[in-house]
Amino acid sequence: MTLRTEPVVVNVGPHHPSTHGVFRMKLTFDGENIIDAEPVIGYLHRGTEKLAEERQYTQVITLTDRLDYVSSMTNNQAYVLSCERLVGIEPPARGKYLRVIAAELQRVASHLIGVGFFLQELGVFGGTALMYAFRERERILDMFEMLCGARITLSYMRIGGVLQDAPEEFWPSLRSFLDDMPGYADEMQALVFESEIVRARAIGVAPVSAEDAVAASFTGPILRASGVAWDWRKAAPYDVYDQVEFEVPTCEGGDNYDRFWVRMQEVRQSLRIIEQCCAQIEPGPVRATMAMLFRPPPGEAYVPIEAPKGELGFYLVSDGSIAPYRCHVRSPSFMSLTLFREMLVGWKLADAIVTLGSLDFNMGEVDR
Amino acid sequence: MTTATAGTALAEALRERFPNAVQEADAHAAWIEPSAIADVCLFLRDDPAHDYKMLSSLTAVDYVEHFEVVYRLTSLSRNATALLKARARGRESPSLPSVSGVWRGADLQEREVWDLMGVAFEGRPNLKRILTWEGFQGHPLRRDYLEPPLPYSWPHGG
Amino acid sequence: MGETLADNVIYRNVYAFVEGALGPDWAWAAYAAGGLAIILLVANGVMAIGTGYTWFERRLLGRFQGRLGPNRAGPFGLFQPIADAIKLISKEDIIALGADKVVFTLAPVVMLAPTILVLAVIPFGSGSWLADLNVAALYIAAVSGIATIAVMMAGYASPNSFSLFGSMRAVAMLVSYEVPLVMALLGVTILAQSMSLVDIVEAQALPFLIVTPLGALVFLAAVSAELNRAPFDVTEAESELVAGYMTEYSGMKYGVFMLAEFTNTVVAGAIFAALFLQGWKWAVLPSHLWFLIKVGGFVFVAVWVRATLPRFRLDQILSAAWKYLFPLSLLNAMLLAAEVIIWPERGAAELGIMAAVNWAVSVPAALLWSRAVSLRSAPPTLAALSPRAFSGAAGRARQAPGGEAAPDSAARSAGTEGG
Repeated sequence: MTLRTEPVVVNVGPHHPSTHGVFRMKLTFDGENIIDAEPVIGYLHRGTEKLAEERQYTQVITLTDRLDYVSSMTNNQAYVLSCERLVGIEPPARGKYLRVIAAELQRVASHLIGVGFFLQELGVFGGTALMYAFRERERILDMFEMLCGARITLSYMRIGGVLQDAPEEFWPSLRSFLDDMPGYADEMQALVFESEIVRARAIGVAPVSAEDAVAASFTGPILRASGVAWDWRKAAPYDVYDQVEFEVPTCEGGDNYDRFWVRMQEVRQSLRIIEQCCAQIEPGPVRATMAMLFRPPPGEAYVPIEAPKGELGFYLVSDGSIAPYRCHVRSPSFMSLTLFREMLVGWKLADAIVTLGSLDFNMGEVDR
Repeated sequence: MTTATAGTALAEALRERFPNAVQEADAHAAWIEPSAIADVCLFLRDDPAHDYKMLSSLTAVDYVEHFEVVYRLTSLSRNATALLKARARGRESPSLPSVSGVWRGADLQEREVWDLMGVAFEGRPNLKRILTWEGFQGHPLRRDYLEPPLPYSWPHGG
Repeated sequence: MGETLADNVIYRNVYAFVEGALGPDWAWAAYAAGGLAIILLVANGVMAIGTGYTWFERRLLGRFQGRLGPNRAGPFGLFQPIADAIKLISKEDIIALGADKVVFTLAPVVMLAPTILVLAVIPFGSGSWLADLNVAALYIAAVSGIATIAVMMAGYASPNSFSLFGSMRAVAMLVSYEVPLVMALLGVTILAQSMSLVDIVEAQALPFLIVTPLGALVFLAAVSAELNRAPFDVTEAESELVAGYMTEYSGMKYGVFMLAEFTNTVVAGAIFAALFLQGWKWAVLPSHLWFLIKVGGFVFVAVWVRATLPRFRLDQILSAAWKYLFPLSLLNAMLLAAEVIIWPERGAAELGIMAAVNWAVSVPAALLWSRAVSLRSAPPTLAALSPRAFSGAAGRARQAPGGEAAPDSAARSAGTEGG
């Protein structure tokens, strides 16, 4: 008698504990092995690009908050940079420094979530590591609250600077955070990256070669994990990234483990950048004076920034009216689904979940 | 600092290999003949002097009389970007050759453009809706898109 | 050897009451009533402890994770299990469309059965046990396997792929982990020269945890796998399989599953305490309380592991069982067999020598063997698995997928001109 297995199609999601929101994957299984995979997205499509076409330039900022809702700061930043390029104004120095501090804090928060969910998906019950990550993220959110009164949907950055100067109590709490965070990063590293089970589960799983990553438009940590040292903060420094020193961490393997290793190293680099910004920042205005309602000259602008998840940019086309004629969001999360099938086929269900976690995409940004 | 390759310079470089491919060029972008876009992209990817290994983004703009598909290319080795544009005429069935064979990363983006703008890409498999659902009528990012009236109404108004 | 059931005060009183009421002809009824009273007490007592243990586990997990845990219902949230039970009982009992109703309903009951059956042979304290079975170790191994049948039933009866995946994983794990579990039990049996848990406890002049560390380790790992606890909780891996075999269950059926699961942990703690921690012996406190403290120690370690370790993948778990735990448990059994021949009489001193020998052999053996077994995964051979192979080098033209993709024309006609 010959034993025969039959392929089973399983819909993982859109309601599933570890699909980062409402993401659905159609997986075909042969036993526990995945033989085909297809991402099905669009469950969180809110038509941000269409909505932006009927709002003034300043009003679009609040829409960008809702794209990648765990890193609103960098979304704001990408949008206002494109707007400033379009209008042709330059924010004052203090505004730029505050932007970089806020953006790097946001990067730390986003990577903490990424690493926390990675361990969650590896199966630490109830997410011990997730709770540890959220504990630190909480402090960042508290600081954001001091900056602009909001915790998630921030809208802190404005065209021509930032909303307001940081209040007095912001600096001491930033200081204490900068003092504590390296210790927590060490702790997390010991918990995550030196655990033998994590190594057994993540090393060598779902690797992406450098060529494939570049061809598939991967950017951010998932590109750098494959060994390509590409970072828009270095390639085309915006705001004050040309004033600070930092390194671009890379790995060779491009597997799940490396993707998280890179994120953890980036957290340390972010702290380094914030330290330097704190040392360099000078008193002064934080926002260029400009009209609330403005009509940029016809033309187009695109400024790519290095968001926590990769290259984020807003392609703005102006026809000289008060609203953008076209606003396209180049979202890193969307691109990171490109190799979805190639990365998952041949691995097991458990690996598929961890691989999703390691891509660290955010459905708000994928579906826009 | 990233060099943004001027469209005119790009047109100059392409003229030799593809004499008729460039329609016009300005300081930012080069407009490519739609039928040649896939070949031009392949050349720009493989030619060592250009080496645009990454398609940073692919999107489309609806200018009502035509659709403009925008290709943003990045060369990681040269730290340079280039902007290609191609016009797709017609509102019934505008279409362009696909570049998803050149860059794998164009795959989902072309599907997105087809879904939201209704610009089809030829010579690629699996061109189906991605952000809206199967059976959705129309392409919502077009300038003349109007949301159809709901086929149902709530019991109390609405 | 201590008291027996006949000496138990509850048993005696119930027996005397029933016999007095009905006359000596009805002695069998008195006997049954007395026995049932004890069974009721033990079974419900352990259930209550299992329920209370949910509070303990959640509270402790909260501590591990830097949060509070349940603290709203009653002092320190102590009434949380009661609130949960009320909620579960009052919820609608849904049987999914397409489920095999009989099997679906039976599964939770079958799940709870082994938990209660195992209680029969566990000595809770000096002179407190329901039955001093002379094959108790074998009985435990045999009865605890029933739980897997329940999991299989639940997975089979639920019209849900996740349930089926979970139950299949459970069966695969049972087949693998029953072997090291029994081998670990064999070691203890050799050492005590008896399968009766009472005799095993009596034989522990030194705790067997010290005498046979390897056996304890293997037992701990195997029992974690049997209990579906971290790091072997693939059966109900919530990040992969939603809730595994329990996905389709709701209301009190789900509650019974959870009760069985939590109670199982406590019962496993009791077995571990009896086998390796001297049971009720060496009591500075009343022996029942002392036993409970030892169980609490086991449970604490279980929660600790759960809060710390990520989950293995299924194939890694099976590899670990066959390549790592099984050889080690064999080594352990052979070592103990040899030592039992050398030292036929085993007091504390002899056990001490054996402990020294065992530690000297098993620690290097465990470490060396762990080097030989790798759980890392090699990349799968994609071409063999899929007709649509990886596009490989950068940007090579993407081949048309075989058949499945919607043709361009069809896709285009589906979404015609808008507006």
